[in-house]
Amino acid sequence: MSSPLPLPDRPSAEQLASLRANLSRSCATGGPALAFGITQIDDRLVDHGLDGTGLHEFAAATASLNDDAATTLFAAGIAARFASNGGRTVLWALSKFDLYAPGLEQVGLGPNRILYAQGSKDAQVLAMAEDGLRDGSLACVIAEVKAADMTATRRLQLAASDGKTPMLLYRRHRTRGRCPLSTLSAAMTRWRIGCAESSRLPHPGVGRPRWSVELVRQRAGNPFTLELEACDEQGRLAFPATVANRAATRRRAVAQAA
Amino acid sequence: MAGKPSKSEIERLPAHQRPTMREMGRRSEAAEHPFRTLPGDDGVSGSSPARAPTPLTWADLWGRSTIVIARSGQKEVVTAACRHALELGLRPGMAAAHARALVADLEVLDAEPEADRAWLHRLALHAARKWTPIAAVSGPDGLWFDLTGTTHLFGGEERFCRRLLDFLKRLGFDASIAIAGTPGAAFALARHGGVPITILPPGTEAEALAPLPLAALRLEASALATAARFGLDRIADLYPMPRGPLARRLGLATVERLDQARGMIAEPIVPVVPFERPEVLRRLLEPIGTPESITQVISDLVDDLILLLRQRGLGARKVALTLDRVDGEVESLAVGASRATRDGRHLKRMFALRLSKIEPGLGIEAMRLIVPHSEPLGASSVAALIEDGARAPDLAPLVDQLVGRSGPSALFRIASRESDVPERAVKQVEPLSEPQGWPAWKRPARLLARPEPLHNVIALLPDHPPRRFTWRRQDYRVIAGDGPERIHGEWWRRPGELWAVRDYFQVETEGGLRFWVFRRGDGVDQPTGDLTWYMHGVFG
Repeated sequence: MSSPLPLPDRPSAEQLASLRANLSRSCATGGPALAFGITQIDDRLVDHGLDGTGLHEFAAATASLNDDAATTLFAAGIAARFASNGGRTVLWALSKFDLYAPGLEQVGLGPNRILYAQGSKDAQVLAMAEDGLRDGSLACVIAEVKAADMTATRRLQLAASDGKTPMLLYRRHRTRGRCPLSTLSAAMTRWRIGCAESSRLPHPGVGRPRWSVELVRQRAGNPFTLELEACDEQGRLAFPATVANRAATRRRAVAQAA
Repeated sequence: MAGKPSKSEIERLPAHQRPTMREMGRRSEAAEHPFRTLPGDDGVSGSSPARAPTPLTWADLWGRSTIVIARSGQKEVVTAACRHALELGLRPGMAAAHARALVADLEVLDAEPEADRAWLHRLALHAARKWTPIAAVSGPDGLWFDLTGTTHLFGGEERFCRRLLDFLKRLGFDASIAIAGTPGAAFALARHGGVPITILPPGTEAEALAPLPLAALRLEASALATAARFGLDRIADLYPMPRGPLARRLGLATVERLDQARGMIAEPIVPVVPFERPEVLRRLLEPIGTPESITQVISDLVDDLILLLRQRGLGARKVALTLDRVDGEVESLAVGASRATRDGRHLKRMFALRLSKIEPGLGIEAMRLIVPHSEPLGASSVAALIEDGARAPDLAPLVDQLVGRSGPSALFRIASRESDVPERAVKQVEPLSEPQGWPAWKRPARLLARPEPLHNVIALLPDHPPRRFTWRRQDYRVIAGDGPERIHGEWWRRPGELWAVRDYFQVETEGGLRFWVFRRGDGVDQPTGDLTWYMHGVFG
């Protein structure tokens, strides 16, 4: 029995090896992931954290101002943790400036860490974000836009991996009742943040705020929903210790407030 | 026309009784244009501290004497006097009170030595550009020009002097000029020669100086006083004296000045050096119009400019590109850098961003780069480049790129301002500054543009958070609250805030919504506020 002739269109072993090497190298170029430091999140993320060279999208759960502020702080906390190693700067590109910098400082993003870039419309904001990503000297780029299609997000994703800079895209609500994350995107992860009731304190006062954090989509992974405590002064989230007791504490708090 | 006096009648009248020019029927005098001044090409902006020259004033016409005084200690001394005042016997160095007593109708001005120096420097710069390469300021009231080999360009020495006097007269200055073989002789003859133009033949300095007073030699005050005690008052008195005793009595400097004036010792002039803007030019063999060729020429120009800047130790803050088109139009394009730079790649990239604004038309035949604004920039040490990555990377290139894309107002940082009122606590600053933070009071992430009123508020006075409120037509029930944080009005900004008080509360409503609300007034005193409630921000 004669040995079968090698098929001409079949790649040789060397070609396959070089392709595999290429693939593994391109996979390895994904930068170091930024872990949340909370096992409940990190275990469920494919990279065990946020990819430092990718695009991540955030949106508020509803169009209300509270969810909007929660999402802003969630993104700012992540940016603060990206910026904390090396003392580098975050570029915050937006078209309508209504941020209050003292509030951002309280999640670890001090005024010497943020450079604001105000564009006249979304296209300009995205272009400035892309410039910032490709420059490579920034810790992180945050952009607030109302509309970004597949092309725009893919450009951002490519620029982020070229410049080895993480990109946080905050997609604001355009029309009430329609989630901005319903459109297609090239993002690595997509998050939806909403406000939740804080844990009641044994004395009158507002406890540490809580957010319901929903990972809507991640590449090669499953979505999940968690309720987390809000960012502290270094931008770190926390897992609430007493989820089970909340109903009882809440009743007690209402009784105290009344 | 019986009422009209004749010219001789008018001249017989005392100065204050003469009719005005307008009364005499002369509507237009050949007065100088009030805004004519030096052309602004000598690096000094038009709004220099120098006084505007007053070419032909009414005081001149009426012969009103003017003196300039300066205060030295307890005494006011005349530092300069106009021609009329000199004729009346006023001299620089007199006490101002003495001068006022001698002449009743006296115009007295304050001396401005700084402005005089600025004018002289400006004139020296102008001379260095127009007339001679070596020009310097000499003393508080003079200029030195080295005219060697330059006067023939202006028609000879005589003609040059006349042109110079005309030029200064147009500016409103009286001047006298002396041309001599040595700076010392020129200095002496210009001040003490007594005629507007003195041109001294070479080799005759000693004779020309002989009748002049000793002060013409730029001697020190102590040497002058000693010489007066010895009875020496003319320069000629010094010639026959033996040099050794002269140096012992009047100081070596006196002998040196004497020798310098007579040309026995060289006296170099230290010229003012006009700053020239770095500029590179490329003329093209054929007109170009394609973006690729324009980019290429820009790249070559930038390389030339970088060499030039490196030689002169400068960094560019602003670079202007000028393109001469075939049809005679001139296009220009400028890029700015947020920090002085000598980085060719960076400059090329900034020009590439602006390339679309060039309209080549039929073609471009010459391109030049000018640096209108530069700063000294030394070499940076290599150690800074190969150091570890612990240092934050330089943001200036990125800032320039973003500013080039969206305009200079698009990029900023937020810094703290010293105010407790939340909307006043922030200000925009330059993108490359290092702003300071705020006190750690709880603040929302986003602030409403202006506080919005709350309705149907139920709250315990004076210092409890609201229990329920309506905002934007929606009812909220509060389940927890923190506060108050009392913020007083800033009476030094607005008088209406003298007693104003805001009590801020952080509240959480059912559903986990956290708000930042405030009440005007402290709930006790009526003038502090009307107890209305406002929403000012939302917490995450």
